[in-house]
Amino acid sequence: MKLKVMDVEFGYASTPILRGVNLELARSEVLSIVGPNGAGKSTLIRCINRILNPQKGCIQLDGSDIFQMTRMQIARQLGYIPQSDHQSFPATVFDVVLMGRRPHIGWRSGRRDKEKVLDVLQMLNIEQLAMRDVNEISGGQRQKVLIARALAQEPDVLLLDEPTSNLDIRHQLEVMDAIRTLVAEKNISAIMAIHDLNLGSRYSDRMIMLKKGVIAAAGSPFSVLTEDNIKQVYGVDAAVKEEDGLPYVVPKSPIKHNGGKQL
Amino acid sequence: MIEENADAAAKRQEALDEYESFIGRKIFFISFFILLTVLLCGISISLGPLKFSILEVYATIFDRFFPNFFSVPDLAPIVVWNVRLTRVVMGVLAGIGLAVAGASMQGILRNPLASPFTLGISAGAGLGAALAIIAGVGIGGSSGLLLVANAFIFSLIPSFVIVGLARFKRATPETMILAGIAMTYIFSAVSSLLHYFSDADALKDVVVWLMGDLGKATWGDFYTVGIVLAICIPLLIWKSWDLNVMGGGDEAAKSLGINVEQTRIFIMIVASLIAAVIVCFTGMIGFIGLVAPHITRICIGGDNRFVIPASGLFGAAFLVAADIIAREAMSPLIIPVGIVTSCVGGPLFLYLIARKKKDYW
Repeated sequence: MKLKVMDVEFGYASTPILRGVNLELARSEVLSIVGPNGAGKSTLIRCINRILNPQKGCIQLDGSDIFQMTRMQIARQLGYIPQSDHQSFPATVFDVVLMGRRPHIGWRSGRRDKEKVLDVLQMLNIEQLAMRDVNEISGGQRQKVLIARALAQEPDVLLLDEPTSNLDIRHQLEVMDAIRTLVAEKNISAIMAIHDLNLGSRYSDRMIMLKKGVIAAAGSPFSVLTEDNIKQVYGVDAAVKEEDGLPYVVPKSPIKHNGGKQL
Repeated sequence: MIEENADAAAKRQEALDEYESFIGRKIFFISFFILLTVLLCGISISLGPLKFSILEVYATIFDRFFPNFFSVPDLAPIVVWNVRLTRVVMGVLAGIGLAVAGASMQGILRNPLASPFTLGISAGAGLGAALAIIAGVGIGGSSGLLLVANAFIFSLIPSFVIVGLARFKRATPETMILAGIAMTYIFSAVSSLLHYFSDADALKDVVVWLMGDLGKATWGDFYTVGIVLAICIPLLIWKSWDLNVMGGGDEAAKSLGINVEQTRIFIMIVASLIAAVIVCFTGMIGFIGLVAPHITRICIGGDNRFVIPASGLFGAAFLVAADIIAREAMSPLIIPVGIVTSCVGGPLFLYLIARKKKDYW
């Protein structure tokens, strides 16, 4: 599966959020989108699977335009993992993961769908949670349930919106490890919006840095996470070190005067 | 390694077993309430100035279909078929319909307070009835039909406004509920104005109509209500899994392939139609549409594929039982059943939410 985003523009009323965004994603690749609050990270993720409709541009999956596809067709190829999820009424983990089968079946879920649910629960090692209510488990567990639901969709691309926000460091690593492993094992790819530059650096093949809806830098973690880029985009003085052969960002202080672009 | 695999397989089997037994519990709940409803119907029909045994009641009913097979007491066919069964059948249909409509509305609006009442359907019917009784204006010819037609048409107005807002203004579920409440106030105010200027007899008629009663129904009404339910409830059950998916929020539902706006409008229209057709024949029977779905979810969880049929059956049993109380509590005086549903159901619901250990929402 190859995902191509071309010249995407999106805005609410007269406020532009994304301006001329281009990106490509190859199979088995993890791409991180970083950038300050309001840079358009989540918006870009949501445009890619048409939760939001961009005003301009084109998004292609293996050469076919997603604007020509139905929601169901998109849902069979793109799995979306929201930042958080609240079920309005009681729902068991099993039933929530089973919802991931919706794009593949109509009204009734059969034996095969149940097996699929058990497979992904087992893969993420959360089968003991199967009958718990999703609103009553911990944040880290819930994030895994959302990943499980997206996997039950059997998508080619996972779209993740801040998968590690609100998680402690152990759960952050567990969730990121799970994503990395899944991408390798299932030969799928992933795009994630992420705040934590160091997690992004550690777990992705390529990064994109957004600034006010425009791509400010793109490429390997080393080429994106430079002291200069962080200064320009975040307005932060930072030191970039190396750890395990990967860049490691130590933020130091906000820059006081940044040509009126103080964040 | 082999041990590890065996362990994993055991855990997996355990999860599956638990899931299957939970499904079993839901099916048991549904079967239990089918039987309970049948039993309550029998009890309800057996009671009255002329007493029959419950078996005699069932014999009388089956006698129509298998003549000369049962021994049927004198007078029983007339009393059962012409008087008491109409009440009970209306009770069953209204209970099912109001509960199913409430469950669906709560589902699409993701709000535990949604019901035919909060969305203005009952207030609309109330205004329609008041117009027909007090002012004698409205759609339809003869007075009885005028009342029903008026109540039906007016009860659908709030739904049209809400659906219109959702369709053309992309209203969120919260906005839809607020719009329903706003319309409830408007319709109630206009009704009050009519009450204020009406004479005492007409006022009493309106007030009694508003209280909700099963005694108004005739066999002819059942065809209308029955056909609407027979078409609409399968449609809602068909959409019930999408309703589950929408419970996790619009974004998640869209990413799972659901056309959220279209589904919400579709379910809103179908559920409103059910509520309207019942309210226009029975008046305002409160509480069931709001609370039957909640009690059902407390018992069997939130999967709408089961909640919709199960809350319908719970609603039917509850309304038939309430009607028994309404007829027997001050016999021979019959209290309007709408009063009983709220008086009995309110404390029951309070008890259930107080007793519940974990948070329900």
